[in-house]
Amino acid sequence: MKLTVNGTSHDVDVEDDMPLLWVLRDELGIKGVKYGCGVAQCGACTVHIDGVAVRSCQTLAADVDGAVTTIEGLGTPEALHAVQEAWIAHQVAQCGYCQSGQIMQAASLLSDIPNPSDADIDEAMSGNLCRCGTYTRIRAAVKTAATKLQKV
Amino acid sequence: MNRIGKIARRTFLVGSATIVGGVAFGYFMYKRPVANPLLDDLAEDAAALTPYVKIDTSGITLITPRADSGQGAYSVQAALIAEELDVTLDQIRVDPGMPSPAYYNTALSAEAAPFRSTDESFVANSARGAMDAMLKFMGLQITGGSTTVPDSFEKLRLAGAVARETLKAAAAQQSGVPVGDLKTANGAVELPDGTTLSYVSLAPAAATLDPVNDVALRNPATWRLIGKEMERIDIVAKSTGTQAYGIDFEIDGMVHASVRTNPRRDGDMIRYDASVAEGMRGVQKVVSVTGGVAVVADNTWRAIQAVNAIEIEWGAASYPDNMDGHWQALADSFTEDALDTRKRDEGDVETALEGAEVIEAEYRAPYLAHAPLEPISATVRVTDARVDVWTGTQIPRFVQTNVARITGHDTDDVHVHVQVMGGSFGHRLEDRVVREAAEIALEMRGVPVKLTYSREEDMTHDDTRQIAMARGRGAVRDGRVEAYDLGIAMPSVVASQMGRQGLPVPGPDLQIVAGAWEQPMSIPNYRVSGYRAPELAPITSWRAVGASTNGFFHDVFLDELIHAAGADPMEERLRLCWHDPSRKTLEAVAEMSGWGAPLPDGKGRGVAFCMSFGVPVVEVVEVTNTDSGIRIDKVWVAAEVGTVVDPVNFENMVQGGIVWALGHAMNAEVTYSDGMVDQLNYYDYEGMRLYQTPEIMVRGLENGDHVRGMGEPMVPPAAAALSNAIFAATGQRIREMPMNKFIDFV
Repeated sequence: MKLTVNGTSHDVDVEDDMPLLWVLRDELGIKGVKYGCGVAQCGACTVHIDGVAVRSCQTLAADVDGAVTTIEGLGTPEALHAVQEAWIAHQVAQCGYCQSGQIMQAASLLSDIPNPSDADIDEAMSGNLCRCGTYTRIRAAVKTAATKLQKV
Repeated sequence: MNRIGKIARRTFLVGSATIVGGVAFGYFMYKRPVANPLLDDLAEDAAALTPYVKIDTSGITLITPRADSGQGAYSVQAALIAEELDVTLDQIRVDPGMPSPAYYNTALSAEAAPFRSTDESFVANSARGAMDAMLKFMGLQITGGSTTVPDSFEKLRLAGAVARETLKAAAAQQSGVPVGDLKTANGAVELPDGTTLSYVSLAPAAATLDPVNDVALRNPATWRLIGKEMERIDIVAKSTGTQAYGIDFEIDGMVHASVRTNPRRDGDMIRYDASVAEGMRGVQKVVSVTGGVAVVADNTWRAIQAVNAIEIEWGAASYPDNMDGHWQALADSFTEDALDTRKRDEGDVETALEGAEVIEAEYRAPYLAHAPLEPISATVRVTDARVDVWTGTQIPRFVQTNVARITGHDTDDVHVHVQVMGGSFGHRLEDRVVREAAEIALEMRGVPVKLTYSREEDMTHDDTRQIAMARGRGAVRDGRVEAYDLGIAMPSVVASQMGRQGLPVPGPDLQIVAGAWEQPMSIPNYRVSGYRAPELAPITSWRAVGASTNGFFHDVFLDELIHAAGADPMEERLRLCWHDPSRKTLEAVAEMSGWGAPLPDGKGRGVAFCMSFGVPVVEVVEVTNTDSGIRIDKVWVAAEVGTVVDPVNFENMVQGGIVWALGHAMNAEVTYSDGMVDQLNYYDYEGMRLYQTPEIMVRGLENGDHVRGMGEPMVPPAAAALSNAIFAATGQRIREMPMNKFIDFV
């Protein structure tokens, strides 16, 4: 089957029911997307399909019907996305394992709701687990990113 | 010094080809372990240099042997070296180095020795010294016990200073300028005429010199990095998906494995049928491992699918099948026979309680999983000549020994490459996954095998926190706490954990009473007893270890007595506390939170105190009793750590630790049914999520003489402050975790 990931088209030969997560990680070697729970409970595997955040561990390869963007396609150390800049400015990460998913979720939220309220942030971000407990910094970073994106 | 310097270089440095033509520096003098390390003479004895600074043509590498599981350990270690070396953090690389006894953890002993952190007497200090020698002997290169900062604080600055002065000596020799006229900055030596000689260019010359060990540490007033806001060295990688963790490790020819072992934790596998699994796509091999079976495949998902398709018959566990049996074992342990320690016994509790109105309470704390977000993994490659292990671990030396035993190699031929960890909280003090990976790799000689646990397998075999129970009896008189008697029963964490490493730990286990017996409180009749329950399910260190349960027991019972006395919770704790830095911590939180100001209806505040790992921490939690349950609004925290090395990381760690502690106190437990863990994924094991997270205000105090680590001490008071706040808001006293069994949370 064909998959477009971060602007590049790939031909992959996998079972229809292999989750997108594992196609990305083990077949295409794209490791920014993380395995945490496998059952859409932690959000570490969050990617965008046509700009919308989805849990790649519960998205079957055969069901992918749009362009996939992973954290690597959102921005790079040399060309950061505004959400990543905010994450760095607030030094959100501890272990950092959940943060790819958090950032992808936040980017999706901000494209839907450019100026989210606290309740909007709670609702959009509460599916993403952070075992280190960086939530207070995530809240602050989402707000900083919102301000920055609105100025652009 | 000459001889030792040369030996040290040969022993520690020249083994690695990457340093040929370069130079490595270290500083660490210790007594050579002799037959009885406890009897070592403190005076002249052998000294050795250990490498923390490596300079070669490719640049400057700082060795950071304490593992980074998210607590910023690599950054802090690098900053301590860089402070004295005069390099900026963007000029250096960090490398965890290879396991070596030279990297033993001296600070762990302060926690292990049976003295209160507040006890500075000669006896206490000399016993800590004896423990140092013991740890040295054992070569415990362990990351844990909130010891990275205390252990590194002098050692790594000295390593930086030695390297700097040796590079200056090389520059002096090369330029003819006296050392006294040389300066250093930004990774270079500066001559008086403004010429700069980079450290990299000086390295070959410095390599021929003996290290300059006679150095003085800089005045804290001149620090460039320590105490200032730093940017963590991994922050960009961790914000762009470019940080590689153990689970991401790749090497040519690697295959993927997944495993299932008996969910009745210490039971055997009776038989299995892998006929379906063997026919599944990508499956290469089915391998028996200790207590279970693994599948090797060409992809992680296929390995997990296939191993789950194996039909397995499991044997029985040695511990009770269900929780009633576990709790009963604890309840039965409050006996003189099971008495493990009674290191606090002041006044006369029995007499004081006689005839008084006795206040009694029983408390419980459940098993808890660590459940770091990165499932555990290990990659192992076995060849005739050597074994390579790539894994995130807090115990590289144990890993090396255990793998060598499994594969039959010499320990020196086992190379452990420590990987960055997606959380640990104590989970990676266990090495089951590495042992299993070694067993599988032994069947796949020459092929690198990455073993990845499914989340369900990881939860099943997450050696949990201890289960614990406490019983308090106390009395009050004239508005004051008069008698306080607390008994705590739990199995020994240390015995369970060290037992899996084959190390017997004789004598009492102070973790049974940690966070309770050593509190700097003065109560006329005051007793804390530890009761050792029999070994039940496997347990290990979980963030704050014994204090994670005992901080809750000790302070909630104190709060009950204070309320019975009709005293103010803050005022009475201040009156009882004799330790000046702890009193200042209480005063700081009282001031931060505006303690004593009237609150609107439905709101309540609780305060809790616990000193653990030598750090007094005070927390005030404010809750609102809403129509749909308790909402945690705000938390104020102050902690006395001597020196805050990095204020940003400090605040982040404390906030995260509060979220950790409150989340588990509210929502989480691990239980056993039919000998198997019931909670297999995050849907039935939730910590805190973002919507439940309160505002958290943090202050680090620097009144104490000792530099302390802050990985754990914020955890013990949090559940107590929450319980005390719920009582203030509702009148309902919650004595057992998780609290959502008794009250709803918003």
